[in-house]
Amino acid sequence: METYRDLPQSTYSLQTTESVRTGTWRTFRPIIDTKKCTRCYTCWKFCPDVSIELREEGDYPKVDYDHCKGCGICANECPTVAITMVREDSIC
Amino acid sequence: MLDLMTGNAAAAKAAMLARVEVIAAYPITPQTSISEKLAEMVANGEMNAKYIKVESEHSAMAALIGASYIGARTFTATSSQGLALMHEMLFWAAGARRPIVMPVVSRALGPPWNIWTDHMDVMGERDTGWMQLFCENNQETLDLILMAYRVAEDKEIMLPAMIIEDGFILSHTFEKVDVPAIEEIDFYLHPFNPDVKVNFRKPRRYGSLVMPDWAMEFRYNNALAMEKAKKKWVEAGIAFKKAFGRDYSSLVELYRCEDADVALIVSGSAAGTAKVAADRMRERGRKVGVAKLRTFRPFPTEELLRLGERVRTIGVFDRSYTFAQGGAIYGEVRNALYPLASDVKVKGYIGGLGGRDITEAEFEKMFEDLLAIARSGSMTKDVEWVALKDGSWRWF
Amino acid sequence: MIEIRFHGRGGQGAVVASELLARAAVMNRLHAAAFPFFGVERRGAPVTAFCRIDLKPIRTHSEIYFPDYVVVLDPDLVSMTNVLQGLKPDGALLINSAKESCDLQHVKWGKVATVDATSIALKYGLGSENAPIVNTAIIGAFSKICPQVPLESVIESIMKASPGDKRANAEAAKEAFETVKGVW
Repeated sequence: METYRDLPQSTYSLQTTESVRTGTWRTFRPIIDTKKCTRCYTCWKFCPDVSIELREEGDYPKVDYDHCKGCGICANECPTVAITMVREDSIC
Repeated sequence: MLDLMTGNAAAAKAAMLARVEVIAAYPITPQTSISEKLAEMVANGEMNAKYIKVESEHSAMAALIGASYIGARTFTATSSQGLALMHEMLFWAAGARRPIVMPVVSRALGPPWNIWTDHMDVMGERDTGWMQLFCENNQETLDLILMAYRVAEDKEIMLPAMIIEDGFILSHTFEKVDVPAIEEIDFYLHPFNPDVKVNFRKPRRYGSLVMPDWAMEFRYNNALAMEKAKKKWVEAGIAFKKAFGRDYSSLVELYRCEDADVALIVSGSAAGTAKVAADRMRERGRKVGVAKLRTFRPFPTEELLRLGERVRTIGVFDRSYTFAQGGAIYGEVRNALYPLASDVKVKGYIGGLGGRDITEAEFEKMFEDLLAIARSGSMTKDVEWVALKDGSWRWF
Repeated sequence: MIEIRFHGRGGQGAVVASELLARAAVMNRLHAAAFPFFGVERRGAPVTAFCRIDLKPIRTHSEIYFPDYVVVLDPDLVSMTNVLQGLKPDGALLINSAKESCDLQHVKWGKVATVDATSIALKYGLGSENAPIVNTAIIGAFSKICPQVPLESVIESIMKASPGDKRANAEAAKEAFETVKGVW
């Protein structure tokens, strides 16, 4: 793009928000202990960022660390206390 | 007391010094630290005010109109999208003659989404009946908010005022600010005591219907109040100078215009940059000056006409665009100078939109352009966009 | 007028560094202004902050393109960003690094000073192993290379406005002033 003539009429993104790796924003990450997990899917239901993945009914929930911002809601809601929040080991 | 503070901190400080009684605010970048600072001061007792947590800027203004009717001194702050959301209520506040004072941290409206400074938000509200003043630096942000209460609450005026500080450039920049003591401000600002106050024992309707046969007369009164405000701002400025030493005794601040061949009218933070450019031009023997427009509403027609009688080539730098003739200030300056039309050349420059930086070098080029117009006596373009990426290297 | 640019990561205190430096200049009876790169900031993301110092009041509000000094709070940034961008030919660079200046791979510059601000910060308990707060140490070192901001003013500024443990931050600044290397 060099001049105003090269621009579209207004801005739009070429990718969805999935391309923004908000996981890099984290200070703490959730770790799910599958030994304690009962697969009730409460964490998946409560995650505000759609960052807990379930491929099929019956799977253990998995954290999508590319997008999880580490808010801790899943850990807070888990009825069997199967999720712990652990400090990330580097700031970047 | 001398301190180093951001424009937002200065705005919050001014609210405290003015002993504001009711605050209703909603956060928005780059205003948020004003709301946060006020909340902190109310919570820790530094301010004896009621802080209403509202769900939108529209509600913020509505709440303050109500509070103002009770006789409380009111304050809020916003920017761009938030100001636009308040739009309907801005007309109400002015029409109801409520002297609300509101710093507006100027910011562009999207799309394209933009959080940086631009005057389009406040220019979109120039016909509401609100007084509008631009700050060059954080000291002015503090001082003008204090002066605004004095003028707004004057019984002959009773109009709300917005004090405009450029987003990020002033709101988030630390600058030296001399903060007066609250005891000194108590001499400068008396408590708000309006004639019309809501009285629960005698309930009335306020802002009620007018028939067309009296509608114009109400509007005319508001127009007169805005005209009277010109004199009141000058008086408030002279009194401020007596009390605190800083000179705000004119609506337009003239910098090196006494013997100037050309002058550039600038509002806001860019005025400081323009003054530095003017000094550089002067060092090279070019006689240029900067006319800093402090009050945009009321519009300083008389002071500009006096300028136009001496300086025959005037440029106007705008951080806005009207989709008519150039930027907002340019159109109004040309209009105000029309009686001198055959003697004065006026050119508009548009720049700094959406937070685009405007540099000393670019101001020097504007001055050179104006000097060329003064020499040749003719202009090829009435309005130019400064440093627009159009493939030319004109401004680089 | 001198202009300074700081490079840091969100959370390291680059913006506070610029503010404390501006205060130090004001305490030394000069004029100063400080501002961050205006934009959305985030922990871990690269952050730029700026400072202007002058004998006369500062009126300009344009951005800083040609700084006289560049201060880098995190050595990793040297490979990620062009920290030398716009630095005046006779300008100086100060980097938080444990290495001597000639060992720094990506930096080819005449006037380079280094200080191990990270170790100093950790020694005085500023921040944590993962996130040391190096800003006060860095401005202590900066006062060694910049006559406009003497150490006493930096200490005064820290004791007035530094967040956290003011005493520890002041000690960090002093130690950095004493141990900064490569000074010309």
